[in-house]
Amino acid sequence: MIYFDNSATTKPYKEALHSFVTVSSSYFGNPSSLHSFGGQAEKLLSQAREQIAKLLSVKPNEIYFTSGGTEGNNMAIKGAAYRNRNKGRHIITSSIEHASVYNTMEELEQEGFEITYLPVDVEGRVSVMDLERNIRKDTILVSIMHVNNEVGTIQPIEDIANTLRNYPDILFHVDGVQGIGKVPLLIHENRIDFYSLSAHKFHGLKGTGVLFIRDGARLTPLFSGGNQERKIRSGTENVAGAVSMAKALRLTFLKQETGISPMEKIQQLLRNRLEEIDGIQVHTPIDYAAPHILNFSITGIKSEVFIHALEQKGIFVSTTSACSSKKKSPSRTLVAMDVPESLADSSIRISLSYDNTIEEAEEVMKAMKQTLNQLRKVMN
Amino acid sequence: MNYDRILIRYGEISTKGRNRNKFVDKLRKSVRIALIPFPKAKIEASRDRMYVLLNGENGIEIIKSLKNIFGIQSFSPAIKVERDVEALKQASLELLQSLFKAGQTFKVTAKRSDKAFELNTNEINDTVGGYLLSQIPGLTVNVKNPDINLRVEVRKEAIYLSCETIKGAGGLPLGSGGRAMLMLSGGIDSPVAGFMAMKRGLEIEAVHFFSPPFTSERSKEKVIDLARKLVDITKVSMKLHIVPFTDVQQAIREQVPENYTMTSTRRMMLRITDEIRHNREALAIVTGESLGQVASQTLESMYAINEVTNTPILRPLISMDKTDIIKIAEQIDTFEISNRPFEDCCTIFVPASPKTKPKREKVNQYESYFDFEPLIQEAVQGVEVLTIKPGSDKQSEFDELF
Repeated sequence: MIYFDNSATTKPYKEALHSFVTVSSSYFGNPSSLHSFGGQAEKLLSQAREQIAKLLSVKPNEIYFTSGGTEGNNMAIKGAAYRNRNKGRHIITSSIEHASVYNTMEELEQEGFEITYLPVDVEGRVSVMDLERNIRKDTILVSIMHVNNEVGTIQPIEDIANTLRNYPDILFHVDGVQGIGKVPLLIHENRIDFYSLSAHKFHGLKGTGVLFIRDGARLTPLFSGGNQERKIRSGTENVAGAVSMAKALRLTFLKQETGISPMEKIQQLLRNRLEEIDGIQVHTPIDYAAPHILNFSITGIKSEVFIHALEQKGIFVSTTSACSSKKKSPSRTLVAMDVPESLADSSIRISLSYDNTIEEAEEVMKAMKQTLNQLRKVMN
Repeated sequence: MNYDRILIRYGEISTKGRNRNKFVDKLRKSVRIALIPFPKAKIEASRDRMYVLLNGENGIEIIKSLKNIFGIQSFSPAIKVERDVEALKQASLELLQSLFKAGQTFKVTAKRSDKAFELNTNEINDTVGGYLLSQIPGLTVNVKNPDINLRVEVRKEAIYLSCETIKGAGGLPLGSGGRAMLMLSGGIDSPVAGFMAMKRGLEIEAVHFFSPPFTSERSKEKVIDLARKLVDITKVSMKLHIVPFTDVQQAIREQVPENYTMTSTRRMMLRITDEIRHNREALAIVTGESLGQVASQTLESMYAINEVTNTPILRPLISMDKTDIIKIAEQIDTFEISNRPFEDCCTIFVPASPKTKPKREKVNQYESYFDFEPLIQEAVQGVEVLTIKPGSDKQSEFDELF
C-alpha cells in the first residue's frame, strides 16, 4: 500500500501511540483530582503543554488543548467575534478557507456579522493590498489560513502581519493545520493572536489539537463547564492525547529538519511526470507552495472514478479535501482560483509525509499512467 | 554591516568607590554564565564598562540573554573603529546604510571622553552628519526625535559606533551583596520578594515549609517550579530547603488559643528559618510581607512575630500594592504558578478570626506552656535540601513518554 493522502490524515507514529496507551492505562487520573494520582495526570498535562510551547516558541500559558483543528478554528473565530461584538462586527477572511473556518463565518453572518471573503489569484493567494483596502473601522478579526489544504498555496502571513501592525486592535487568526511541520512559521514574530493545530495531521491522534491564544488576547469560551484550560475550554482534559501530541510534534519537527528538501524532490518529480501527460493540469503553484501537496485535474475523467481505480492498485490519494469530498459541488478553492468548473470537478490531491519515498512516487506515477490508459479506453 | 561587539554599561556600580572591582568581577561572572551557549563570544571588562566581542555569535540572541542580568544598566550593539576621521566616516556610512529605510530621519550624538581627539563633539556631529547627508539620498536630520540616533563615542583606545540603547535589568550583580534566606511559600508575593532581593545583589537560598498530609506533594511541586523560575532568570543554581513542619503546626494547634495560632506559626517559621540561616552562614531573611495585606502583616503582628530574632528581616515588598506585586509576578512568569490552587503551610489552619493586633506578652505566655525547641530542632534536622539547577528542562519521571 502506498499512502499519499497525508493532508487528510497521517498514520500515527508508533511512539505517539505508545505514549497514548501508557498514559491511558497507567496514569488515567483526572488532572483536576486532588490526590496524587490526579497530580500525576496534571504533571503529564503540563509537561505536554511546556513541550508544545517550546516547540512553537511560545509560552506554556498560551497553549490550550482542543479536540482538533475544527474546534480550534471555531473557538478562535466565534470566541473573538462574540467577545468583540460591541467594538465592531466586520471580519475579513478568504474565499478558500477550510470548511471549519468558512462555515463558521457563514454562521456568524446569520448572527449579524459582516464578512468580507477576499478573492485569490490564479495561484490561490490573497492579496495583502486587497486585504488592507477592506479593513474598516469596525473590523475586529482577520482570519487567513497558512497553507491551503487543497492546493498547498502558502498565504503571505508575514506581509499580512506587517499590514496588521498598523491596526493593533484587529485580532489575527491563522489556521495552521496544514502548515505545521511542513512550512515553518514564527507565531509571535508575525503578531498572530490565534493559531490552530490538529495532531492527526502530524502523526498524532485524531481528536487532539491545540489553539494558541496570545497572552493578553481574549475570547468568549464556547463551552460552559468545569473551567478547565483557564476557563477557555471546559471539559476533562485528554491527557493521553496531549502527551502523544507533544511527542508527535517533537518527532515531526525533528524530521522537518532534514525532510523538507527530499519531500520537495518527490513533489518535483510528481509534477514533472504529471505535466508530461496530456490532459493533466497541475493547480499547485510552483512558488510559495507547501512541499507536501500537489493538486491536479485530469480532463474527461471523474476524480472519483480515478481514485477508486488507483485504490485497486493499493494507492491512496484524494479528491480535493477529505472533508468536502463527499459533497458533490466542485472545490471552492479551485473555483476561486478561476479553474473552470469541469476541471475543478476532476481534481486529485496527492499529499505526502516525511516517510514517503521517491520510489513510491515512481510507482504511483506508473500506476497512474496505466490507470489513465485503461480509463481513457473505456470512457472514450 | 554587522555589529562586532555589545557595549555593556554598568548601573550603580559606577558609583562605587574602592569596591568597584568586586562588583565588576561579580558582573563578569554573571555575563560569563549567560554566554555559555555562545562559546566564541569573549568578554572584555574595564572599570567603566564591559564589551562582549561577538566573534561571529548571534548578537540578537546574546542580547536576549543579557537582558536578565542584574547590574547592567543598558547595552548597545556597537562597532569598533580606529581613531581616524576617514575611518569613522566610512564606518558610519556603512552602519547607517544597513539600517536606513526610505523616509527615515537621523541625528549624530557624539561623546568624547578623550579630549585629545582632533575633533570636538560639535565638529564630530557636523563632519559625520554632513558626510552621511551627502552620501545617502533621502536622509534627513531630526534632532528632537530621530528614527536613528547614531552615537559616536570617542575613547582613548578607539571610537565606538552604536545606534540603539537597550535597557538592562538594573540593580546590582548577583551575589555582590552576600547571602540571604528567602521564605518561599506558594503565594504570589514571596517569589517577587526573592526576585527583588536578587536584583539588589543578594544570593538567595529558599526555605519552604511542608506539612504533609495537610499540604500535598503538588504544593511542594509548585514551590519547586517557583524556585526554578527564579533560577531561570539568573541562570545560577539555588538551594531550596524543605522543612518538615507538620509536627510543629500540630503542636501549635494543641497548645495555643486559636486566634493566636497564626502569630505563633509565623514565629516558629522564623525561628526555624533563622537556624537554617545560621547553618548556611547567611546574614538576612527575606520575606514577601507587604504592610497591612493580611492579618500577619499588620505592624502589631510584625512586632510580635519579629521578636524571636534580631537577624535583619528584609521585606522588599513592604510598601507595595498588590496590583504592583502582581505586575512583577507576571513579568517574571511566576504568577501562573502561584495561582495554582493548592493549600500551603500558610493557608491551612487559618483561624476564623486571627488577631490583627497580637500582643507580645500574650503570645509569649501561650508558648511558655510547651517546649517547642525540640520540635524546632527536629524540623531543622529533617530539612530536605534540593538544588535547583538552571536549564528550564526539568527532568521528569515521564520523559520517555515525550
